[in-house]
Amino acid sequence: MALPSCQQRALRRALCSTTVPTRHCRAAVIRGYLTAAVSLLTKMAELGAGSLLTGDPAFNYHEHELNERLKRLYPAVNEEETPLPRSWSPKDKYSYIGLSQNNLRVHYKGHGKNHKDAASVRATHPIPAACGIYYFEVKIVSKGRDGYMGIGLSAQGVNMNRLPGWDKHSYGYHGDDGHSFCSSGTGQPYGPTFTTGDVIGCCVNLINNTCFYTKNGHSLGNNLMKNDLRPNLYPTVGLQTPGEIVDANFGQQPFVFDIEDYMSEWRAKIHSMIARFPIGERLGDWQSVLQNMVSSYLVHHGYCATAMAFSRATETMIQEDQTSIKNRQRIQKLVLAGRVGEAIDATQQLYPGLLEHNPNLLFMLKCRQFVEMVNGTDSEVRCFSVHSPKSQDSYPGSPNLSPRHGATNAHLHNTGADSPTCSNGVTPTNKNKSHNKYTGVSSASSSPSSSPSSVNYSESNSTDSTKSQPHSATSNQETSDSEMEIEAEHYSNGVTESSTRIMNGTYKHQEILQADDSSVGNGVADDSCSSRQLCGGNQAATERMIQFGRELQALSEQLCRQYGKNATHKKMLQDAFSLLAYSDPWNCPVGQQLDPMQREAICSALNSAILESQNLPKQPPLMLALGQATECVQLMARVRSGSCSFARVDNFLH
Amino acid sequence: KKNFDMKNAVIGNNRQKANLIVLGAVPRLLYLLQQSSSSLELRTECAVVLGSLSMGTENNIKSLVDCHIIPALLQGLLCSDLIFIEACLRCLRTIFISPVTPVQLLYTDPTVIPHLMSLLSRSQHTQEYITQIFAHCCKTPEHQTVLFNHGAIQNIAPLLISPSYKVRMQALKCFSVLAYENAQVSMTLVNVLVDGEQLSQVFVRMMQRDKPIEMQLTAAKCLTYMCRAGAIRTDDNCIVLKTLPCLVRMCSKERLLEERVEGAETLAYLMEPDIELQRIASVTDHLVSMLADYFKYPSSVSAITDIKRYIDFNSRCNQLDHDLKHAHELRQAAFKLYASLGSNDEDIRKKITETENMMDRIVSGLSESSIKVRLAAVRCLHSLSRSVQQLRTSFHDHAVWKPLMKLLQNAPDEVLVMASSTLCNLLLEFSPSKEPILESGVIELLCSLTQSDSPALRVNGIWALMNMAFQADQKVKVEIVQALGTEQLFRLLSDPDTNVLMKTLGLLRNLLSTRPHIDQIMSSHGKQIMQAVTLILEGEHSIEVKEQTLCILANIADGNTAKELIMTNDDMLQKIKYYMGHSNVKLQLAATFCISNLIWNEEDGSQERQDKLREMGFVDILHKLTQASDPNLCDRAKTAMQQYLA
Repeated sequence: MALPSCQQRALRRALCSTTVPTRHCRAAVIRGYLTAAVSLLTKMAELGAGSLLTGDPAFNYHEHELNERLKRLYPAVNEEETPLPRSWSPKDKYSYIGLSQNNLRVHYKGHGKNHKDAASVRATHPIPAACGIYYFEVKIVSKGRDGYMGIGLSAQGVNMNRLPGWDKHSYGYHGDDGHSFCSSGTGQPYGPTFTTGDVIGCCVNLINNTCFYTKNGHSLGNNLMKNDLRPNLYPTVGLQTPGEIVDANFGQQPFVFDIEDYMSEWRAKIHSMIARFPIGERLGDWQSVLQNMVSSYLVHHGYCATAMAFSRATETMIQEDQTSIKNRQRIQKLVLAGRVGEAIDATQQLYPGLLEHNPNLLFMLKCRQFVEMVNGTDSEVRCFSVHSPKSQDSYPGSPNLSPRHGATNAHLHNTGADSPTCSNGVTPTNKNKSHNKYTGVSSASSSPSSSPSSVNYSESNSTDSTKSQPHSATSNQETSDSEMEIEAEHYSNGVTESSTRIMNGTYKHQEILQADDSSVGNGVADDSCSSRQLCGGNQAATERMIQFGRELQALSEQLCRQYGKNATHKKMLQDAFSLLAYSDPWNCPVGQQLDPMQREAICSALNSAILESQNLPKQPPLMLALGQATECVQLMARVRSGSCSFARVDNFLH
Repeated sequence: KKNFDMKNAVIGNNRQKANLIVLGAVPRLLYLLQQSSSSLELRTECAVVLGSLSMGTENNIKSLVDCHIIPALLQGLLCSDLIFIEACLRCLRTIFISPVTPVQLLYTDPTVIPHLMSLLSRSQHTQEYITQIFAHCCKTPEHQTVLFNHGAIQNIAPLLISPSYKVRMQALKCFSVLAYENAQVSMTLVNVLVDGEQLSQVFVRMMQRDKPIEMQLTAAKCLTYMCRAGAIRTDDNCIVLKTLPCLVRMCSKERLLEERVEGAETLAYLMEPDIELQRIASVTDHLVSMLADYFKYPSSVSAITDIKRYIDFNSRCNQLDHDLKHAHELRQAAFKLYASLGSNDEDIRKKITETENMMDRIVSGLSESSIKVRLAAVRCLHSLSRSVQQLRTSFHDHAVWKPLMKLLQNAPDEVLVMASSTLCNLLLEFSPSKEPILESGVIELLCSLTQSDSPALRVNGIWALMNMAFQADQKVKVEIVQALGTEQLFRLLSDPDTNVLMKTLGLLRNLLSTRPHIDQIMSSHGKQIMQAVTLILEGEHSIEVKEQTLCILANIADGNTAKELIMTNDDMLQKIKYYMGHSNVKLQLAATFCISNLIWNEEDGSQERQDKLREMGFVDILHKLTQASDPNLCDRAKTAMQQYLA
């Protein structure tokens, strides 16, 4: 959500102000601006919510039921691209047709003298190919004078002064004679006649391009259609004599025919087709390809020891050397722990020039760093809280506060769990839950968190995470230990999560996903929010944050001058700064940025950039393959191959 | 140790198995198996080796059964060791599912079934083997009762939701054989809950289209049998919307030949008594034309050998043999299903006869070598012959009477029943086939049927004669009487089967129509006929029989000379009088009709007859009847009275 421009200006003024009042003063000024902004935003939010509630509740209920049913029947359909038919179109009908009851009831209002008085109506949208199998029903409310009714399909532009089936690209089953018409004025004997009280269904199978009709829940058998159905057909009904009335059911109500059972048969068919896809003599090739995929995946995400063990067992080669893997692993861990500043430093030291060549990435990292400062996790602000060890408990960003890791993307989480040992590359003691066994120096393994000399620390520690410098911050011992465990845990989840992003391919997709996530559930750790404070509640830290914000603003302006305007950057910056507009940033419309999960995208972007700089693939082949498969299925939908609806990649990830 | 070697030697090698058996290994193995002093390990190995031997040819199994392996293995089940029990059960399973093993051996020892029931809880393997044994060994109503009484339903029902597919499947098969034509089992089944769910719903779930075909088909059989046994209504959604469509799907081209056969037979059985189901099935998935595909498999043996000559033996012949083996089965199943579909609804019959080459297929089916196909074909023909329109058109066009007559010459009783029943319909007066059939000398054949031991054949024989005599020429009537012989005719009039009696009376009535015929027949057989009529009217018979008899009497009274046979028989006149005052209107009507004929004015001697009957008090009765509440009777009595007034 973007802030209204007046508030933005206020914020920017606060952040960019050249006059430097005293620290306290400045904070007060900011808060003043912010309170106003918050109240305004809250009102807007209420307004928005209110508008949703207006309208007929019963109608909403039916609407809800319809949406649920359609989602269940056609999970592969992306309604933003290809909306499903939900009613008859008041625009796409002959004048003798009257519509009522939310455009679901059709009645005839012409003279009905002869076939020249026939009239049809099409649904609002064509049937999307991604349905795989599409179905709708029509109840004959009244057969009128002669019961010359036709139920079927037609393409856009087919003459509406006709019954479905009579013309090219038009198909219909007629009540008076029970014949089926396939783009022809003469019908074929097909099924029984139908009349008042009967429920007639039409099922389109976009996998084998056939269609069949049903009567009162009984399938009448495949149409004797020789030609394949053309794509983009609309549900259509036609009437011809006075008094004829029919009601459509596009999913508003349960269907009389058990369409889901029919679909299950085709789903099973397609799944077994995929499962039985012949590999033949290339079995050996397949195995080595699979091994390479697994190995490269492990390496990519820095599961160093696992990768080594795997390559030993399968006798495969690893392209990258171990130190390099461990370096990447360390940087990733820093990002995932919310210590982005240190991650940037480490990257600059280990891969000089990398961030300079990737200003966009650097900017993203810096933005994230700002967010982590708000969070109180970045070392630049954490160093201030050294005197209040308790504050660590309230680290809002502690990844183990986030139960969403598994829930958001269950199948991928499992993939992660399959990939062995999370503790890989980290000292094994991290697995041990009993922190209190550790004493002073011996456990000072890799806990850099609360070191008072954080800058020094991050420099000296940048070589290898396992070889951290001993220091004497005994007061923080326990917390740092638990922090490590948190890291270890987060590590496994985090990596898999970041792989989601990769799998979904482009940068644009990531944004969409993030937006989705926010709608799924905001404010994960609601109960702990009371204890969370801006920058860990430290005044000095807050000032450092404001300072950093200004630097970030300056960087943005510099980039703007250098490379031209960048809407993504602008949005990112706005979102990050907007956090300050709320007294409780974790519970605000943009608070979702503070979720530790959000680190994963940037983490994987950074990892990819490093790999790319080393002339290694920026995405693991496994993810590329997954992404490709997903894309292929989407492409199938676009080229109208119906089987895509039952060949979803999700179904094969266990 | 020797056993281990033996096991490895015989596994997968049928010749080695046969060798071992010839060498007498079986008694030795059985001895070791039964020796409680042998180690469990050894006994188990023995059971395993025996199990392996039983996997061989049918001859192997025969030898094993001859060595009394079954009691030995059943004895073994009393041991407490599960591994050993499983080995014994595995072997028993293999033996019992073989067609050469007498099923009865499972039931000889009454303690076996309860023990097997108790073993069901031991492991998934015991469940699988035992249910498989039950499913194969439940062949008669007695078997069903034994299993039912030992708690088969309660013990097996929970297995329907077993995690093992094999167990679920075998349990399902058990229920299908238990429920078949068994009302007691079926009624119990509908009330069984499995994990809180009704059994019928469990079966419905097993019919879902993504389930294995075998499972869908067997579940549909269970529901079909429960429905036919009266436990589920024919208009229940689980029948109309689930079972019936599932069975129709089983008939589709995509299914295996075996599945198509079973599907069609089960569907035929399901809808046989219900016109609504027949109507729904007839429009579901183009079933009628789908069945036409059942005939597109090789039929005549000579054609096959021709084809075989041209086809590479190794590659295609297996497929061909398979098709050939099932071709008969397919055809008979299709005929059965057509018969069931067309048994009530005229529109469906029309649809069937209009299917491509349908009548030709029936005609050739009637003369096929397989008795099963012939029977099914004639059943189909019979079903279609109930249609007046088809009798007038397609039946005549295709001269179906010819193969039908041929079939009647020499066929087993069950075929004869169907064929003669069909012939009855073909002899109806509006049937154009009646003439040619008459000319083909059918009367002898029908008369011989009336002497059959089977009541159904006697009925059909006399029924056909009755239809034949309806409005027939004098010549035909005489032929019938001569061929049948009065002796046989009167034997039939005392037939224990009411149907036979009714049709015989019907024949008499048809023979005694139009005045010249009446007089002629009565002049030659009057005495016997009057005797028979007296006998029936005096006997303990149903109203229908007596009514029919009185109608015969009325016909006799319509004759010119035949009348006298009644007028001179005071006893008979008293009987008529009695029936005019009977409590049953139908009998009163028939008796009045008889009197009315006797006193009819325009005939010779009517005055004397009127006088005589007046003396006997008939006028008073007639007078009374003119006040009857029944309008028909009232009218009839008034008409009769007018004869006196004129």
